[in-house]
Amino acid sequence: MTAASQATAATATATATATLRGPDAGTARTALLFVVGLTIAALAPFALYPVFVMKVLCFALFACAFNLLIGFAGLLSFGHAAFFGGAAYVTAHAVKVWGLPPELGLLLGTAAAALLGVLFGAIAIRRQGIYFAMITLALSQMVFFMALQLKFTGGEDGIQGVPRGVLFGVFDLTQPLTMYYAVLAVFVFGFALIWRAVHSPFGQVLKAIRENEPRAISLGYRTERYKLLAFVLSASLAGLAGGTKALVFQLASLTDVQWQMSGEVVLMTLLGGMGTLVGPVVGAGLVVTLESYLAATSLPVPVVIGAIFVVCVLLFRRGIVGEILARLPGRKA
Amino acid sequence: MFDLLGVSPQVLFGQLLLGLINGSFYALLSLGLAVIFGMLNVINFAHGALYMVGAFVAWLLLNYLGLGYWWALFLAPTVVGLVGMALEKTMLSRLYKLDHLYGLLLTFGLALILEGAFRHQYGVSGQPYPIPDLLKGGQNLGFMFLPNYRGWVVAASLIVCFGTWFAIERTRLGAYLRAATENPVLVQAFGINVPVMVSLTYAFGVALAGLAGVLAAPIYQVSPLMGSNLIIIVFAVVVIGGMGSILGAIVTGLGLGLMEGLTKVVYPEASNIVVFVVMAIVLLIKPAGLFGRER
Amino acid sequence: MRSLLLAGTALLTLTSGAAFAQMSNDVIRIGVLNDRSGIYADLAGEGSAIAARMAAEEFGGKVAGAPIEIVVADHQNKADIAASKAREWVDTGNVDVIADVPNSAAALAVQGITRDKKRIFLMSGPGATALTGAQCSPYGFHWAYDNYAMAAGTGRALYEQGKKNWYFVTADYAFGQSLEEETTKMVNKLGGKIVGSVRHPLGSADFSSFLLQAQGSKADVIGFANAGADATNAVKQAAEFGITQSGQSLAGLLLFITDIHALGLPAAQGLMFTEGFYWNLDDQTRDWSKKFEAKAGKKPTMVQAGVYSAVRHYLKAVDAAKTDDPDKVAAKMRELPVEDMFAKKGKIAANGRMFHDMYLVRVKAPGQSKGPWDYYDVVKTIPAETAFLDPALSGCPLVK
Repeated sequence: MTAASQATAATATATATATLRGPDAGTARTALLFVVGLTIAALAPFALYPVFVMKVLCFALFACAFNLLIGFAGLLSFGHAAFFGGAAYVTAHAVKVWGLPPELGLLLGTAAAALLGVLFGAIAIRRQGIYFAMITLALSQMVFFMALQLKFTGGEDGIQGVPRGVLFGVFDLTQPLTMYYAVLAVFVFGFALIWRAVHSPFGQVLKAIRENEPRAISLGYRTERYKLLAFVLSASLAGLAGGTKALVFQLASLTDVQWQMSGEVVLMTLLGGMGTLVGPVVGAGLVVTLESYLAATSLPVPVVIGAIFVVCVLLFRRGIVGEILARLPGRKA
Repeated sequence: MFDLLGVSPQVLFGQLLLGLINGSFYALLSLGLAVIFGMLNVINFAHGALYMVGAFVAWLLLNYLGLGYWWALFLAPTVVGLVGMALEKTMLSRLYKLDHLYGLLLTFGLALILEGAFRHQYGVSGQPYPIPDLLKGGQNLGFMFLPNYRGWVVAASLIVCFGTWFAIERTRLGAYLRAATENPVLVQAFGINVPVMVSLTYAFGVALAGLAGVLAAPIYQVSPLMGSNLIIIVFAVVVIGGMGSILGAIVTGLGLGLMEGLTKVVYPEASNIVVFVVMAIVLLIKPAGLFGRER
Repeated sequence: MRSLLLAGTALLTLTSGAAFAQMSNDVIRIGVLNDRSGIYADLAGEGSAIAARMAAEEFGGKVAGAPIEIVVADHQNKADIAASKAREWVDTGNVDVIADVPNSAAALAVQGITRDKKRIFLMSGPGATALTGAQCSPYGFHWAYDNYAMAAGTGRALYEQGKKNWYFVTADYAFGQSLEEETTKMVNKLGGKIVGSVRHPLGSADFSSFLLQAQGSKADVIGFANAGADATNAVKQAAEFGITQSGQSLAGLLLFITDIHALGLPAAQGLMFTEGFYWNLDDQTRDWSKKFEAKAGKKPTMVQAGVYSAVRHYLKAVDAAKTDDPDKVAAKMRELPVEDMFAKKGKIAANGRMFHDMYLVRVKAPGQSKGPWDYYDVVKTIPAETAFLDPALSGCPLVK
């Protein structure tokens, strides 16, 4: 595998260098990893500021959803902010104006993101690589202008004061800890779904498409359908993350639909490790931490973020988790 | 016929002319992107930032060295070109063997750094840049008042655009360039230094952005953010024209400028979206763009 | 081994976020939360923090026995960062007051949090009238300006100058539309006329076609219902197309002195708009602005001067109430008159609006200006009572 990958390095796709390794390493390890991760996450709000951890979880889910596309289907979307922010608006509006309970609000937000995903996908999926990136970017820009001009989004003010409500009529989300565990549950659900998708036959076909699309076609797979399905799944989960964020912060604003947000999720995924399941989580945690840390210093935030981007692309293309996995002794050949 | 749009012909001509002026900016910027993409297969996300740098260099030349517009017209693109060459040599060139997406990501990071640095240094309100004395004033065309400077912008960018097109499609140098995109190894075998040629191409592409920046300085505020919104529209222009197509970039740039001008009269609220709507339609019908070929 | 490493990475990621230490409550902590790198960095930014520090220094760094501390954060123009920073400050940082917060979305988010958590909120940067309307708070004080004052004030003052017919060039989103609406109401009320308007998308670079439509309307005044780069680009291009020479007046509905500085006098001359503050009004403002300039390197904007005035008034109220209890301080703030170089005989209404005089200014021609920052002729002082919206009409539930 190593020799082969070196030989084909010149023509490899974006993520060939970051092939999926972690979860294949054996069920026992995986289970252990899950237990450790869950324990940390469950205890985190006692050691850390809960709102901060919730933010990390929302962005982590967003980055995982994005990673499903770039890491496992080889498609770089530069327009994921449209799904994230679009769902945030829909959820916020449903909960605040229509008075729906949070679970229905989230469902509607996710559904809206899925719908947007179908629209975007239908147009963009016919192209690959850079073309795909630019088309998604332009389409998300249209969503941005709509968010700016439609009445229900509140323009520059956004939708403010969104009530958190009572989940399933039982859990009162105005309690910080209840809210936290609800967000954690959403995250675990989304993460498990991605896990399942990647390890299903569907995920295998995606990987085949990523490595060699003509070959997948010649094997009889209708690759466009698979890619579209992956795209819609990714969009929906990004929407789920956006809707959750709207509930956590009780607001939806233009920030979430701006193209800079699409860039940010690319950075999180790249930094953590494209094509690894845990990478985006680590990347999201680091970027969110960095942003909140830099907010209190006089360093210009965009310059630091840009510099990290450049260093990642030039030196750590596998990302943090990717590099760790690659350096571990006895990795699977 | 014009009354169908509910607009008098005078107004319509005026708006179309203004559309052409904007279109020439789009054309100049998308031309640079197309040249770079055609040769390096890199989508240069830093193009908007380098356009901004061009305008800033002009402003710095004026304020610190007292060199006016006409100097800036030559010096600023040169400076931007040199910056571009340095970026290409030190960073971009290391990514050619990888997926093209890495080039996009790298230049995205560079754009953030450049814009952030200028923002940090000069603030965001922008700086004034005067119209050169020679081009002050304007002409009354009957249907509208045309500032001389705007006329100059159209003329200058058309000359540069079609000059570039001619150089690439109709000269020996251009033939080498085109050959090198198809088969760099073979061209290298003919004794042409392909890496240097690639560097120069990138430098030339971004110099066009720098030139557009200087042309824009007297019209818009010289501000660190001037490129970041424009770049997305220019991307759409390049996608519509067919990526890498020189003629496609020029014609689409001008055409979309006109179309945008028309929208500003008929339904001004949509004038920022019209480009993206056109893009979606074009892609549904012709996925490779108007002038592109499937690869 | 691998899981351990991964877990370690995750843990590291999470713990590094907990940077805030617990502090004792014997200190008055003022958090200046604004945009330090984006579009509002020049008109608020570090300058607002300097202004807040200047107010603290006037009290000798101590009030009612407690030391005054100023903390600063960049909300990067993102409402969610503003909200999480404000929550964090209140929950774990013992911040008593949050000041400035330009960007309406961010300010509305912080207003909600400070209302729930009972902390004083001194708004100088944002313009949204909702902050003293439907979204008002017993702890929220709106200081320097608001969109109504800018729009209606300019509409009224220009009408009194005999300029009665308006044409609007409006940014097509809620903010631009509300500026247009407020001005329209005022102009119509006085008997003037709106001859037309054109909506441009936010972030347009080229305004020439909108300007030509405005010019064709033959209106007395072309009103720019937009802000920031949109406004400066529109003004600059109006000069290029020779619109002022043809006899029409240009009115900005939301401009700051930094915008004029950026435009330069050749492009901006003759432009009229409303300001909440000008450094060259009298000896007091000149004195203070000189001190400010020594630290910031430029003259203050009305937002920065407003931060100074608001923080100073807050400290005065703490001093008088001998406590930092938000309810008592808020009551004291409403009770005491606001009296400093920024506001003469300012008063705080029930909805949190601080009433003070505003000024209609005209930008000088390059020949009249005596040097940098000498930009305005003050055409008219708009008295506090007519400058702002009547609280009874604001829709704020606190007004009875």
